[in-house]
Amino acid sequence: MPALPLSLLWVVPALPLVGFVVNGTLALTRPTAKRVVSLVGVGTLVLAFAAAGMAVAELARQHPTVPLVFRYWEWMPAGDLQVSFALQLDQLAAVMILVVTGVGALIHVFSIGYMHEDPGYARYFAYLNLFVFFMLTLVLGANFPVMFVGWEGVGLCSYLLIGFWFNDKVNADAGKKAFIVNRIGDFGFLVAMFLIFTRFGSLDFETVFAKAPGALVPGGAVVTAMTLFLFLGCTGKSAQIPLYIWLPDAMQGPTPVSALIHAATMVTAGVYLVARCGVLFALSPLGSAVVAGIGALTALFAATIALKQWDIKRVLAYSTVSQLGYMFVGVGTGAYAAGMFHLVTHAFFKALLFLGSGSVIHAMHQAYAATQTHEDAQDMRNMGGLARHLPWTAALMWIATLAIAGIPPFAGFFSKDEILGAAFAEATVRPLWYAFWGMGLAAALLTAFYMTRLMLYTFHGPNRTGEREREHLHEAPPVMTGPLVVLGVLTLFGGALNIPHLFGGNAFLEHWLEPVTGVAHRLRPALEVAAATEWTLVAGAVLVAVLGIVGALRLLKPEALVPARLAPPETGLARLLWKKWYVDELYDAIIVRPVLWLSREVLWKIVDARIVDGLLVNGTAAASRAVGWLGSRLQTGEVGVYVVLFVIGVLAVVRAAVR
Amino acid sequence: MLLGPSLAVSAVLFTLGVAGVLLRRNAIVIFMCVELMLNAVNLTFVALAQQLGVAGQIFVFFVMAVAAAEAGVGLAIMLAIYRHRHTVNLQSINLLKG
Repeated sequence: MPALPLSLLWVVPALPLVGFVVNGTLALTRPTAKRVVSLVGVGTLVLAFAAAGMAVAELARQHPTVPLVFRYWEWMPAGDLQVSFALQLDQLAAVMILVVTGVGALIHVFSIGYMHEDPGYARYFAYLNLFVFFMLTLVLGANFPVMFVGWEGVGLCSYLLIGFWFNDKVNADAGKKAFIVNRIGDFGFLVAMFLIFTRFGSLDFETVFAKAPGALVPGGAVVTAMTLFLFLGCTGKSAQIPLYIWLPDAMQGPTPVSALIHAATMVTAGVYLVARCGVLFALSPLGSAVVAGIGALTALFAATIALKQWDIKRVLAYSTVSQLGYMFVGVGTGAYAAGMFHLVTHAFFKALLFLGSGSVIHAMHQAYAATQTHEDAQDMRNMGGLARHLPWTAALMWIATLAIAGIPPFAGFFSKDEILGAAFAEATVRPLWYAFWGMGLAAALLTAFYMTRLMLYTFHGPNRTGEREREHLHEAPPVMTGPLVVLGVLTLFGGALNIPHLFGGNAFLEHWLEPVTGVAHRLRPALEVAAATEWTLVAGAVLVAVLGIVGALRLLKPEALVPARLAPPETGLARLLWKKWYVDELYDAIIVRPVLWLSREVLWKIVDARIVDGLLVNGTAAASRAVGWLGSRLQTGEVGVYVVLFVIGVLAVVRAAVR
Repeated sequence: MLLGPSLAVSAVLFTLGVAGVLLRRNAIVIFMCVELMLNAVNLTFVALAQQLGVAGQIFVFFVMAVAAAEAGVGLAIMLAIYRHRHTVNLQSINLLKG
């Protein structure tokens, strides 16, 4: 078969868009046609994955050193601003489209089982397809505006899917929170775009990154401002301090959505953006330090919160925030390949964890539904001993747990180790990185601990679901366990993608990404440490992970737990962590309430009611009425007065004429 | 020939008419004052026609014709007003007051 031209790249995002249109139409006209909806929803994703695979295969054959850009039409020709709708395929985008369509397809399959009873089935698949379309636009865009379309679009889909069950106010509120917090980040992205345009006169990646090393002063104020504003966008989309607060609330959406959007793909867009703009970040040591610092801080901070959460999905949500922090440490250190590697492995094991938790919640929900009990199906205190009832889910989630904890040879070990190694190597030149490395290591310890805690409380120890409910607990149907198995295999062997030279590997991903990261690496050479040091680091990291797991196994007593409704309230530090360091309350007090107060008391009651309505609108009306009243005083209705005026007028005219 | 006295009489008549219109309240009287003004103007026309040609005299006929028509219409209006309001005092007819 002759290779198809790569200019057909548009087919990849177009397929999910077709899925969205078809499913959206079905959602409006025939919402019960579940078979067609599943076929279209999953089919377009599988086809998109196949198309992406073919495109990447062709890219691998050519292996160009510059991105392949395809301009489809002029989008915004406005004076100096020339923006065309263009897609580009390079090694970085190739990694992303494979992850997005591949993991996306698996999660679509899982959704068939998970959402089967839901009345909004067609709407759900329409949104999910739309999300994949926007995500592909984001990663394939060849300039900032096209990327921004995808960036905004995934935010929209995230909002729609978090508030998918919008009948509950808490879900709708969570959606709004995600959207508003993301808008703050988007503001940063926009400002960065304006800066880039004023500086380079172009928004194409190709032009900007080619001109950047010559046009910008390394470490100068301009490039630092650009990177910091870009990173503000990343903190919003990728849930970093200070804008991470929306992601845990995003767990109100269906669990497959949490797996796809809020773990595997959308939230990694920020990491992708930093890797994409690696040239700019390499030119700004301060910008890079901020990225790595915020990443390290977030990794540690979110991990502490995850220690005391009871909602199984919230643990995973904070774990996602924490792991995203790791990725930012990687890309902020200049180890773009390591960051992207962790992005890929994280997509595998975190999608597996979320889908596994979806399988657990599904079983719990069915058990409670069968006995008409209204208990929290997501609270780990109501679980326990589920390994007997869901053996597949338990085994696969253990694999993912070992992977995220960093136990060799699972996928997470290699990627996490590389990030920590890169941070340590950087620290030999910039001592600040010792702090980042230390925080990352501490977060690794906590990660191993809280993940073991999750597994222990969910799958082991006595069952706390209830006597009658217990017999209704059973494993999910094959359509749900199938994707879990595939992700489990990927989690087992995903590390093979980039085995470092240290272990005799060939660092495939690193070499694959070379054409993209090369320019940034020339500006900021990657640092190496001696092999002996590296071995020590690896041993240390594994030791920490084992310590976390063993510590959790020894310290935690699942036998002592009681079901959620009987549980005593937390006290002391546990309460502080359970309440998430009161960050939401803090934001509520210093931002939300003042803004609401300002809106209500000043903008509404004074500016709108008094100034706009009172002064401008009603004031204009009152002024015209006053002028009219003055005029009407002349209209006495008495003929005599009119005649007097008439005579005076005539005399005046005569006088004027005579003169 | 008697031009000066004629114009003087005409001016007096006209002023009387204006004063009547301005000062009286009764619509009939005001109406008569208007006629007085018209006739003062007629006298001026006739007087000046002695020197300026016959056009002035012809104009007088037009003025008289219009005045007759006006009298007809005006009196009819006044009758109509009287039927409705039982008065022709202009001070009490002020429906158009703003």
